[in-house]
Amino acid sequence: MNEPADIVYLDANATTRTDPRVVEAMLPYFSLYYGNPSSKYALGGHAALAVKRAREQVQALVGAAQPHELIFTSGGTESNNAAILSALEAAPRRREVIISAVEHPAVLSLCAWLEKNKGIRVHLIPVDRQGRLDILAYREAMSDRVAIASIMWANNETGVIQPVADLAELAKEVGALFHTDAVQAVGKCPIDLQSTMIDMLSLSGHKLHGPKGIGALYVRNGIRFKPQIKGGQQERGRRAGTENVPGIVGLGIAAELAAAAMADEDIRVRGLRDRLEREILARVDHCVAVGARAERLPNTSNIAFSFIDSEAIITLLDRAGIAASMGSACATGSFEPSHVLMAMKVAEDAIRGGVRFSLSRDNTEADIDRALEVIPPVITKLRAISPFGADEGAPQAVARSSGSAQGTSHV
Amino acid sequence: MLGFGKFDHHFSTSANAGPLPQANAVGRFGSIGWGDAVKLMLKVEPEDGRIAEARFQAFGCSSAIAASAAVTDMITGKTIDEASGIGAGAIADYLGGLPRERMYCAVMNFEALQQAIGSYRGKAAVAEADAPPACKCLGVGQMMIERTIRFNRLTSLDDVTAYTKAAGSCSTCFKQIESLLARVNAEMVEDGLIAADDAYRIGSATPRAAELKPHGAPPPAANIFAAKATPAHLRPVAKAAPPRPAPPTGGVVDAPPQEALIAEAIEELRPHLQRDGGDCEFVSLDGNIVYVRLTGNCVGCQLSSVTLSGVQARLAEKFGRPLRVVPVS
Repeated sequence: MNEPADIVYLDANATTRTDPRVVEAMLPYFSLYYGNPSSKYALGGHAALAVKRAREQVQALVGAAQPHELIFTSGGTESNNAAILSALEAAPRRREVIISAVEHPAVLSLCAWLEKNKGIRVHLIPVDRQGRLDILAYREAMSDRVAIASIMWANNETGVIQPVADLAELAKEVGALFHTDAVQAVGKCPIDLQSTMIDMLSLSGHKLHGPKGIGALYVRNGIRFKPQIKGGQQERGRRAGTENVPGIVGLGIAAELAAAAMADEDIRVRGLRDRLEREILARVDHCVAVGARAERLPNTSNIAFSFIDSEAIITLLDRAGIAASMGSACATGSFEPSHVLMAMKVAEDAIRGGVRFSLSRDNTEADIDRALEVIPPVITKLRAISPFGADEGAPQAVARSSGSAQGTSHV
Repeated sequence: MLGFGKFDHHFSTSANAGPLPQANAVGRFGSIGWGDAVKLMLKVEPEDGRIAEARFQAFGCSSAIAASAAVTDMITGKTIDEASGIGAGAIADYLGGLPRERMYCAVMNFEALQQAIGSYRGKAAVAEADAPPACKCLGVGQMMIERTIRFNRLTSLDDVTAYTKAAGSCSTCFKQIESLLARVNAEMVEDGLIAADDAYRIGSATPRAAELKPHGAPPPAANIFAAKATPAHLRPVAKAAPPRPAPPTGGVVDAPPQEALIAEAIEELRPHLQRDGGDCEFVSLDGNIVYVRLTGNCVGCQLSSVTLSGVQARLAEKFGRPLRVVPVS
């Protein structure tokens, strides 16, 4: 129905369009400079040089002190796994991990597995209603039994930013490592790792207009790192396997472009996001911008609509050519609402109506115009179908729900 | 997300949506907390029992709305008797099929339709003998699950979850649903509804993924169908877990030492204590003596020694050697 080019794409936190300049830079490394960076002849040397250059480009984006502090991986999930598993392996006597309740499933399910199968105690630190970490609980959980604290830089569903530099210092006091999943933050907000105590950081290429299947893990110089993929001396023995040279080249260029575009993203994209959010809140009743009072990424807006379900909203938006996301695990077989919105204690009548709009530098004013044309009627249509509403006050169609009673309190 | 066609027609147009003030038969199922809800409203002609008009209101995903639109479409013009023969499978078929994990959308509408028909016939709304569900994620009664298993010939736990959402969110009610399925299947075999080979046997389900719950937060009650839960220390001790498989060679993390295993075992017991307002945490291990700290209602409770001996018995069974559990303050 809708050609890809006509879609208003408001799901940049899921993935971004690979920048054409990135694609162009990658192409020669498929069929022209296809050598293996480990080979000793010139063709291999050419590839090795490209990898070196990309490493420096990523280093510059995150403000690392040295290029070799960056290890190329297959993406955010691998980086997160490697960071946490390495920290536990490097400090076998420390058998506790601290994470937040709003971490990406990549971290949450790994930790659930560690708790169940490896006897690791996982501290799940709550957040407040704006999605900000409970620092007191974090501080309380911190002890010399903790191998690593892993707290995301910015949340994928709400864009809420955590004070990772401060959290890293608290971890340092007890000798624990500090890792941050910065997949959503890198390229969107300035990062200068040199000036922090952060030990490890995960980033992913396809969230910043780079290719999919490539990412990096920053490991501060001097931190003991235990390779999780063994079998070769690539990446100084820290991540075996022939380098994904085209991907690495693409990530490097994407990092350079992101650094150059960051100021634009912070002003122009923030302006688009703010306009979208402000207008939806003004035109639609009974909805709330989740985490809007916290410090947020400039591109993300999560709006929870009362009395309707986000999957139905997303499906109707899709029919109208708008791509947004519900950010919950609904489609993957769990019937629970988004764990992030649950942790933020979003009202029961709105918790299943959370829609994430996430923008990028590709978006224009015309995109926002179109979104604002489509979204309010979609909400009105679904509200007309819903048996729930704020009008009659008391819980309606069905018993066992306290939802409607709390219906209007958060508007 | 789903293909275009009948499904899309029913979802996008949502004909028959909205209230029907002159309805003389109304059925409901679901809630906001359950994640989906439907209200079916029928106007039945008293002379011939024909459904002159049917409308719906629905809360939920596109499949829930499409299934509600479909069922109103299907029953319009039919008699109440004809409508009462429509099963969940027929509703799904009318949409050109539903993905298995969305079958509960059809079941929900079947339940609401049966209730509407019951209300027209003057029966009290399908009286659920069930106690209200104690497990928040379940949200549906035991009778409804039994009916759904029977009517739809379900023989796997994944199907039960797909059709009712039971055990779909937290693993707490998993065991109860499992034994319920085994019992209903056994009855179905006796009744000749399914072959004995197809009946579900306890323990044959693939385990669900592990999940994290905040420490200290009381988890949902373990026995979702018990009207009044037995205090933790009076409940029979669960069978010891099967021996753990040897850790894979070259495993990333060292095998947990004895202390970690004991801490883990105590961790498993904590939800039971927490439900009674108490709590217990592992402090240290010295030879055969396990030091624990009792907190919450356990402090000063006269039955705390009973609780401790329960913990002790559980640990001894799990580790196959006598362990003494000693409280410290």
